[in-house]
Amino acid sequence: MAPTRPQTEQEKFGRHRPLTDRDAHEINRIEELSYDLKVREVMASKIITTSPDVPVSSVLDLLRANRISGVPVVADANLLGVISLEDVVRALQKNELAMPVRNYMTTQLVTVNTFDSIMKAIKAFNEKRLGRLPVIDEHHKLAGIITKGDINRGFLLALERDYKEEEVRRYRASHLFEDIISDRTTLVLRYNIKVGDFNNGGNASSHIKRALLRLGADQQLARRCGIAAYEAEMNLIIHTNNGGILKLEVEPHRISLITTDDGPGIADTQKAQQPGFSTATDKVREMGFGAGMGLVNIQRCVDKMELDSTPGKGTRLTMRIVVPPETLNSKKGSS
Amino acid sequence: MNMNLTDIITIAEGTVLTPGLATGLNIHGACCADLMSDVLAYSRPRAVLITGLTNPQVVRTAQMADFRAIIFVRGKHPQQETMDIAIQENIPLISSPLGMFELSGRLHDAGLKSYENNGAD
Repeated sequence: MAPTRPQTEQEKFGRHRPLTDRDAHEINRIEELSYDLKVREVMASKIITTSPDVPVSSVLDLLRANRISGVPVVADANLLGVISLEDVVRALQKNELAMPVRNYMTTQLVTVNTFDSIMKAIKAFNEKRLGRLPVIDEHHKLAGIITKGDINRGFLLALERDYKEEEVRRYRASHLFEDIISDRTTLVLRYNIKVGDFNNGGNASSHIKRALLRLGADQQLARRCGIAAYEAEMNLIIHTNNGGILKLEVEPHRISLITTDDGPGIADTQKAQQPGFSTATDKVREMGFGAGMGLVNIQRCVDKMELDSTPGKGTRLTMRIVVPPETLNSKKGSS
Repeated sequence: MNMNLTDIITIAEGTVLTPGLATGLNIHGACCADLMSDVLAYSRPRAVLITGLTNPQVVRTAQMADFRAIIFVRGKHPQQETMDIAIQENIPLISSPLGMFELSGRLHDAGLKSYENNGAD
């Protein structure tokens, strides 16, 4: 019997493949880029122009030689109009190819500024059904021409830049668990947390979240771990005598976050886990913490939480999060 | 309805405090709070955080909970540490002269959704 091979996406869905998260992310990114990229960054600045005083026939040669369908009409770098193939045809019909360009050029122009976002150009293309827009600089001089093709090229270049920066690092890290073979591989990251160090509160959790993303965790998993780590880190800063240690253990099937400290310890661990119970000072409350929600929040984010404490000795908080299969050790890599 | 941060800044009459950070971000909703634990517990990703607090913890909270930007109300300006972390973590900060209720009302009218979660996830 012939081995059955899994259907390709093409076979399964025909031409209309459903959108993946990755596609959605990229569409989202293009929408954002259309606000962030400026016309200046994507326009063509080496442009062919003509003067208002030359005969229309010379424009015909210019269009043919350069395989374009229109040129801006310029005097002293000031944009006077645009003459397109359509205008030339009008002149031809009246047998007036010898007349100056000035007589046949279009002067009611839609333009964009060099400092406008691409979004403005896209809107103009869609609303006015134009193929190209002259670009004007701060001094009202012609600075370039922008076409839909220029915009597409700008998007592709920007997406490529995005990809290079973060994805390459992530690609390397996400293969860690495939490349290193053992019966049980655990990656351990340790952070020393100082008591009362509010300005740096969250730095460790921030490193933890980034590490998980690079290792291939999806946004939701990284967010859950980040929030749990952050609440636990703030607890060390707020409540301990001498600070403590925040530890992250990553295994392909689960993530553990563990905090340990040497006191003062919690007298009633049951009470400490009740929503709203807090021993925090006003200073802590002013910073938006100490509402007695920390452990409650952690519990919501993790799959299992254990709080062990001995007054006078210290506290150990263990948080475990199950990693969905194929997340950190996927052969397919990660997205 | 998703909204671009550029348009939100216009509605908020806001000033961007983090030069160099892109503001063309797609924003899915908004969440208002001064209690960071509430933000961590009851928000959804890809929203804008509207708050009256300006300490560095606000940016850390936003980062952990996947907020895309922060708007400070009543014309508040954060301390330098807050700005430094925001720039490092690529989270734009905006100062709006409006109060929290007024700003929220305007954004809601403009079609921005609440990304506050009442614990029923």
